[in-house]
This record gives sequence, C-alpha cells and structure tokens, in this order.
Amino acid sequence: MGYQAKFKVWRGDAEGGDFVDYRVDVEEGEVVLDIMHRLQATQAGDMAVRWNCKAGKCGSCSAEVNGRPRLMCMTRMSTFGEDEEISVAPIRTFPVIRDLVTDVDFNYTKAREVPAFAPPEGVAPGEYRMSQVDVERSQEFRKCIECFLCQNVCHVVRDHEENKEPFSGPRYLMRIAELDMHPLDVRNRKEDAQEDHGLGYCNITKCCTEVCPEHIKITDNALIPMKERVVDRKYDPLVWLGKKIFKRQELEKRGPAGARSLDAPGPDNGSALDADRIGHIEERGGAQA
Amino acid sequence: MTDPGTTTAFEASEAEATGDTAVTHHTYDVVVIGAGGAGLRAAIEARLRGKRVAIICKSLFGKAHTVMAEGGIAASMGNANPRDNWEVHFRDTMRGGKFLNNWRMAELHAKEAPQRVWELETYGALFDRTPDGKISQRNFGGHNFPRLAHVGDRTGLELIRTLQQKIVSLQQEDFARSGDYESDLAVFHEYTITELLKDGDRIAGAFGYRRPTGELVCFHAAAVVLATGGVGKSFKVTSNSWEYTGDGHALAMRAGAKLLNMEFVQFHPTGMVWPPSVKGILVTESVRGDGGVLKNSEGERFMFNYIPEVFREQYATSEDEGDRWYTDADNNRRPPELLPRDEVARAINNEVKEGRGSPAGGVYLDVSSRMSAAEITKRLPSMYHQFKELADVDITAGPMEVGPTCHYVMGGVEVDPDTAASAVPGLFAAGEVAGGMHGSNRLGGNSLSDLLVFGCRAGAGAAAYLDGLGDTVPTVSDESVTAAREDVLRPIQNSGGENAYTVHQELQQTMNDLVGIIRKADEMELALKKLHELADRIPRVAVDGRRAYNPGWHLALDLRNMLMVSECIAMAALERQESRGGHTRDDYPTMDENWRRELLVCSLRDGEVTLEHQGQPAMRSDLFDLFEMDELKKYYTGDELGGHRSDAPRGTERGTEDAGDEAERSSTSVETGGDPGGELTGGGA
Ligand SMILES: Cc1cc2nc3c(=O)[nH]c(=O)nc-3n(C[C@H](O)[C@H](O)[C@H](O)COP(=O)(O)OP(=O)(O)OC[C@H]3O[C@@H](n4cnc5c(N)ncnc54)[C@H](O)[C@@H]3O)c2cc1C
Ligand code: SF4
Ligand code: SF4
Ligand code: FES
Repeated sequence: MGYQAKFKVWRGDAEGGDFVDYRVDVEEGEVVLDIMHRLQATQAGDMAVRWNCKAGKCGSCSAEVNGRPRLMCMTRMSTFGEDEEISVAPIRTFPVIRDLVTDVDFNYTKAREVPAFAPPEGVAPGEYRMSQVDVERSQEFRKCIECFLCQNVCHVVRDHEENKEPFSGPRYLMRIAELDMHPLDVRNRKEDAQEDHGLGYCNITKCCTEVCPEHIKITDNALIPMKERVVDRKYDPLVWLGKKIFKRQELEKRGPAGARSLDAPGPDNGSALDADRIGHIEERGGAQA
Repeated sequence: MTDPGTTTAFEASEAEATGDTAVTHHTYDVVVIGAGGAGLRAAIEARLRGKRVAIICKSLFGKAHTVMAEGGIAASMGNANPRDNWEVHFRDTMRGGKFLNNWRMAELHAKEAPQRVWELETYGALFDRTPDGKISQRNFGGHNFPRLAHVGDRTGLELIRTLQQKIVSLQQEDFARSGDYESDLAVFHEYTITELLKDGDRIAGAFGYRRPTGELVCFHAAAVVLATGGVGKSFKVTSNSWEYTGDGHALAMRAGAKLLNMEFVQFHPTGMVWPPSVKGILVTESVRGDGGVLKNSEGERFMFNYIPEVFREQYATSEDEGDRWYTDADNNRRPPELLPRDEVARAINNEVKEGRGSPAGGVYLDVSSRMSAAEITKRLPSMYHQFKELADVDITAGPMEVGPTCHYVMGGVEVDPDTAASAVPGLFAAGEVAGGMHGSNRLGGNSLSDLLVFGCRAGAGAAAYLDGLGDTVPTVSDESVTAAREDVLRPIQNSGGENAYTVHQELQQTMNDLVGIIRKADEMELALKKLHELADRIPRVAVDGRRAYNPGWHLALDLRNMLMVSECIAMAALERQESRGGHTRDDYPTMDENWRRELLVCSLRDGEVTLEHQGQPAMRSDLFDLFEMDELKKYYTGDELGGHRSDAPRGTERGTEDAGDEAERSSTSVETGGDPGGELTGGGA
C-alpha cells in the first residue's frame, strides 16, 4: 500500500527561504499533515507546522498545497498521483515566522475592532427566546473555525499590503453580518461594516467562499446582504441617522457590560445557590482537608 | 537566515552570568495558564473582579482543545423535560463517577451549570432552540433527561468563540477607558509555561518561552490559575491533540500540589479506527444520543448483553423498548448504547477480543438505518464531514467503524471545591487539569459545564486570595529564574543525545499497551520499569536547530511532563485493586465497596513521585438522602449507610423529590459555612 512521495516544502523564515526536496513514505488513508509529521519525526525535527485537532475543527493547519489554500489535515494523499510532486508552502498573505507557520496577528487585531455583541436591555439570563429559523442565519457564520484561508485568498489584501489597514477581510465582515442578523443584538452594524471595516472594497469575486473549508457561503449569505442593506440605508439618511442615535443612546445608558457572576440570583433549576463561599479561602489556606 | 533576537538570547544564556538579560518580564495580578473554556472563564471572572489578568496558551487564541468538543454542555435547565433539576443532575453525575466524586464539586456543578450556560447567551452564544424558543437539550449517556445544550455537533467551538468574544468585549471596554486594549486583560498566545515560581510556600509567578521566537519570559503574579487541560498525548490512540502533555498536572506537582484519582483515564468508546492515520479521532456520543446503534460483525446489538447490575433498573432490556424511549422517555427505559462511557468502551473491547469485531478492529456504529440522510447531515454535520473527508465513508448510507480511544483524564490537581484553590497558596486549578469532580468516570457533556462552573470559581477564588494578601506580596527570586532557564535550554545544549520523537513514541506505546483500557499487575509493573528507563533517557534528549518555532525542542521539553503524569497513572492504577469507572483490572474485575472511600493521591518528594491513600470525606446528609437506600447499597459498605433518611423514625421520612425544599437548603448553606452576605471579595474574612 505504502509508497514514497516527492515533496517540496518551503523552509525558511522572515529573512527568506526556499523549497526543500524530500522523499517520504506515505501509508494508506493519510493526509498531508501526516506526511509533515513524518518529516518532523524522521528527517526534519525542527520543521515548524501549526496543527491541533487533525480533524478540520480548529483551523490551525492552513497552508498552500500545490498552490491551493487548504487545511493540511483535510487534504488526503489519495487526491494526488503517486508520482506527482507535491509542494507545501505557508499561506501567502501573512508574514512568515518560520517554515509553514505565519504571523496571523492581523486577524486578531481586526477581530478586536468589531464591536462586541450588544445584548438587549432588561432581558435576564435564561430569558432569551429566539426561534431556530432566526438563529440559523447567524449560526452558519459561527461555524467559522478561523483558519484564515478566506483572509488569505481575498485579493483585496493578498497582494495589497496597503489595504490591510482599511479592510478587515471576509472573516470579519462576516462577523459583523453575524451580529447584524443576531435576533437580539441591538447595535446598528451597517455603518460599522461600511465605514470602519471596508465592506466597499469587496467586489464579490467569491474567492473567499470557494476556499472556506466549512463551506460557509460568505459572499452570498453575509457580504452581499450586508451590501444591500448598506445601500438601502444610504438612500434613506434620516432613518439611518435616527436609528444610529437611538442605538448609541441606548448603549451609553447601559454602562459596562457584565457583572460578577456569583452575585447573580440562582437559576431556576431548583437550586438555591449557596455559591458564595469564596471569601473563606484565606482561613482555609488551600485544598480541602 | 538569522534572527537577531533569538541569537542574542541564546548567546546570553551561554554566557551564564549575564543570562538574565535575555528574559523578558511581565507583571500581572492573575496569570491564567490555558485558554480553553476553563481558562477563559477564569480570566473573565478575575477581570470582572477588578484584577489585571494575563491569559497564556500554547496554540493560537481560540484553538484550545475545548474547540474540539462536539456533543454539548450539560445543565439541568429543564427545557426539554421539565422534570429535570439539579438534584437529578447531581445523582447522575455521582452514579456516572461510581460515587467516588467529590460530592461538593458535583453539587456546585449541578446547581450552577444552568446559570453559566444562560450567561453565555448574554455574551452572544447561539445555541440550537426548542420550538418555544429556549435552548434545546439533547440526550447523552448517563444523563437521565435530555440535558445537553448544543449547537449541532460543534458545541465546543461555540463555547470557545463566545468566551473569546466576551474577552474582546472586555478589552473594548478597557480600550475605551485606557486607550489600550490590553491594559487589563492580555492574551499571550503561542507561549509555553515550563515552571511555576515560588516565594517560600507561595506562588510568585511563572516561567516559560515564546514559541515563535524562543524568547524566554517570566510572568510575575501572586495568583496563577492552571487551566491546561489533559494528558492524552501519553497514549498512542487518543482523541487529544499535541497540547495534551499534562503540563498543568506536572507544574502543579513540581510546585508542591497533589494530584488525585490519576488511575482514572476515560477511554471514549467511539473513536475512528480506520484509516490508521486518524485512529483515535473522536466520533461524538451524540451519534448514539440521537439514535445511533452499536452492532458487532454478526449484526447483533450487543450492548444488551452488557448492562451491569448497578444499572439494571435504568436501561431497556429489549430493542423495542429502547427504540420507543427516543419518542417516549417517560414510559420507557433508555437503550444500553447510552450507558456511561466506561461500560460501553469495555463492551466494545470485549466484542473485538472475542472475534466479533469489524475488519479494522472496531465495531459498527450505525445511524444510516435510523434517520433520514437529511436529518443526519443536519444533526451531525461535522461527523458527516469528518467521515466523508477522512475515511471516504458516507454515514448516511452505511455504518461507521469505531473503537475505544483515550479521551479524558478524571484525575487532576486536588482543589478546594468552592474556590478551586490547590494546597499551594496562590495556585488554583480548573477544568480538566483539576481532579475530583468526575470521580472515576466523567459523563459526556459534564466537562464543558465543569469548565464554566469551576473556571468562574477559580477566577473569583484568585481575586479573593489577592484581596487577602495585603502588603505581603510574594516576589520571584533570581535563582528560581536561573534554574528554570537552565532546564529549558538543556535539550539544545545537549549534543548527540536521542531524538525526542522516538522517545515520545516509546512512551505512548508503553502506556497504550501496558496501562490502557484493561490493566494487569504484571503489565503495569513492566510499564513502571520502562518509565524509569525513559526517565534516565529524557534528560539526555538532544535537539537540532534553533529555538525559533522548533517543534523538536518543544516536544523535548514536554516529555518530562508526560513522563511524570504517566508515572502517576501507572502507580495509582497498580495500587487500586478493583475495577471502577475508568479503571479496569483484569485481575480484580469487580468493584469493591471498601475502595470507594479510598482516594489515591500523588505528590513529588525529593523529585520522586510518591503515592498515598487518603480518605474520602463522607457525603453531606441531605445529599446522601437524595439517593434511595437500594442504590446506595450497591456502592457503600454497611457501616457507611447509617444516617440515611430511611433510618429516620416514621412520619419524618423525607422523599427524594422534596429533599431540596427551602428549609433544607438554608440549613445546607449554614452547614457548609455558606456566606450568605455575599462576602465575595471580602479578603478572606
Ligand atoms: C474530540 C473531543 C470532544 C469532546 N466533546 C465534549 C463534549 O461534547 N462535551 C463535554 O463536556 N466535553 C467534551 N470533551 C472534553 C472537553 O472538551 C475537554 O475536557 C475540555 O475542553 C477541557 O477544557 P480545559 O479548559 O480544561 O482545557 P483546554 O481547552 O484543553 O485548554 C488547555 C489550554 O491550556 C493551554 N496550555 C496547556 N499547557 C500549557 C503550558 N505549559 N503553557 C501554556 N499554556 C498551556 C493550552 O494551550 C490550551 O489553551 C471533548 C474532548 C475531545 C478531545
Ligand atoms: S468576495 Fe469580497 S471578501 Fe470575498 S474574496 Fe472576493 S473581494 Fe474578498
Ligand atoms: S470563514 Fe471559512 S475560510 Fe474564512 S476563516 Fe472562517 S472557516 Fe476559514
Ligand atoms: S489541525 Fe485542526 S484544522 Fe487541521
């Protein structure tokens, strides 16, 4: 069953690097990530690779395999011919740290700039009511495993470093759409998308949707509907302004989100919460007897 | 190919005396090690209580193991069946753990889980819904009612993303106030902690390295919360990722804390068995919760042959009854596919051993004959995806092949249930790294809820500890930093030693073959011998290359943690001469009620792992009374059964159902030293 495959793996760091040729055994049912692990164990102990779940759930192992952005753990060796040469390179849009590992902090920075979920006022925990059809729209976007492959292929930033400032990329525009479609979110999201996150740069080429390993319809279900709503709003400036002022006021009234959790009244599962034994820690001085 | 930062650090470390200059220092109130559910919840709580918090994790933010959890989170919200409440959840948890659980943890967990889940909705979580718009709840093994809140089969992803987004929301608040997103809550991702630093008895900080660069770092903090997850990477077949090297367990031991229940390792009954490269990857229990059945090569639903005595009354004895249960749970008993995990894993193991296994050495798990294809792809989307992409199997058309895989460690750091404090002042632990809550076996879905309940308590506990410190703040000594630095650099300075990957494979094979799902004394003795050999070899492991993102170096450093944890598991497993939950002895095949009171506790003395017996405190009487005498008799010795409500004089007898009435609750909180005044930040008053 096994055979020797020809691999070219990009090795290097921020200063530069090149493809290195390897010949490596392949066993039945393996994926590209398995081969990278075999290389580490037998020929290249210091080769840098990110991974966690090996099951397409964590979005760590993104790379460009034969030039195509993929999750290495979900790319089966049986999709290649036995004498085909397979190249593996780091995703291109982000700076290389080492070998197949890139610096994806851009994404975390953009994530931090999307205003958080704004909960409805006066609805206590446990009292949220939403119907399945209403949550499903946002749930589709919450399937995102943050592999950043869509961010990597989007041409707006792929070859245009200068656009990284004004444009947050499909993953975070989709996050705004997700909050916009959240049945209980009270913030106005349209101007966030357009003005602060560069929705206008997207010209709906759908490259992001094509590479998404979760098969999320980023363009059709998130970006295009956002664009349509932004347009509606733009044509009706009074409505837009009115709503915006209303939401802002509502948000300001509320003060900082979140309270210390153990202070809240007990839930309705029959328990009176005898929760509050935190203060005794000093006198107990450590673990239970 | 030069990296100036790293080179400098490396040279400096070789120039011994000036080495300190190569260490970067950070100061926080609380350092949380781990960014899974437990760590993030702890960080949120500590920050809400006004502390400056750093979160440290080995992978990227949002990729911790919690992201992989599938089935759901257990909380008795009663949305699917209004008869559910905390008492039923408490009973299920204790039964699942074969009464070895720390009952106070099980109590807090059952009571607080719903609140922790509902709170997630206020952070933006979107769970699947019931027709009346509440959070939907599904069935799972060992849970008497549909209790697991879920989002398809990607519940862990929802949990971690929600908490991640709550952290962002707190950072946005901090930004609005201070102009700096990280002023009060900072995330250090791709950092590994290798040692906890102490000042006398007390925690003073943590030492580690930054993975992308190899830069050495020292965090100064009087409170450290361990939320590092589990130990599965010591076993060959496992559902766990590379992160699960037992770091937190080992860090705690080296700092002077104790580990308990280490013999209890959960083998999940259903991991993938084919193709070989994915062997061990999890097949969620929801497949069975939603109607999937287990069959052997003869087409028999063999689980009906494996219902143990203690569970006879709760499980269906015919296929018809089991099938009816899915639609009418009140009038039928549940199918035995939904027995606790240890029972199902042993049954599968036995079927395979007796020659009724599948070609790849597993059994068949089938949903295709039980649900329409559309329903399967809706309810189990990522399972469908996983089998399609990894095994080329269409689960809507045929069965999956499955077998046991190392999944979860019940054992962990001994903590005070209410505050998650360990025996070391300033050190807290929550989540999978903490022990006690699940006893000898964890129920599915009880981990995610555990993370939230005790993560929250650990954050609150750490904040309270700091408030009680006053001016006596511990400081990190130069010597401790120097010692930690030497340990970290050793594999790079070694030359001509062994390859880390080879040693790791030997360790995994040893644990898998000799301390696996079915255990024997002579095999475990052999395992311990091999582990001692490895203990000599591990310090000599040598690594090629530099410190910048060098996985060989990372693994070399993780090895000593895996070794220490493996030793604990093997020693405790050899000592416990009975079978209970996640610990099955071929030579002592039955449960022994005398062992129920015994906890096995590991600690480090002069660098050696030592094992001691410790008594299990008796359950508080109102909790004891939640069980029927007939059930308790199966677990307890005669002399422990006194004081049960059934002993009470006639007329004062309390029924199970009303045991949680108001009067009793208030007496409960007095008895446990409850703090009704809400002295949450009271500084240890
Ligand atoms: C495939 C799978 C499915 C599961 N499904 C379910 C389910 O449906 N329901 C359920 O309740 N449970 C489930 N579990 C169990 C549950 O997911 C885990 O027990 C739980 O997520 C552990 O969470 P945690 O917060 O303790 O740690 P983790 O989420 O594992 O996080 C550990 C963190 O610690 C960090 N860390 C570790 N060591 C160090 C170090 N030395 N320095 C710095 N950082 C470190 C890691 O980087 C990581 O961020 C499942 C487990 C698996 C593997
Ligand atoms: S559709 Fe828009 S966001 Fe997606 S790749 Fe094209 S330009 Fe980028
Ligand atoms: S939207 Fe899809 S491609 Fe983009 S980060 Fe998420 S999972 Fe990856
Ligand atoms: S390793 Fe998690 S997605 Fe590939």
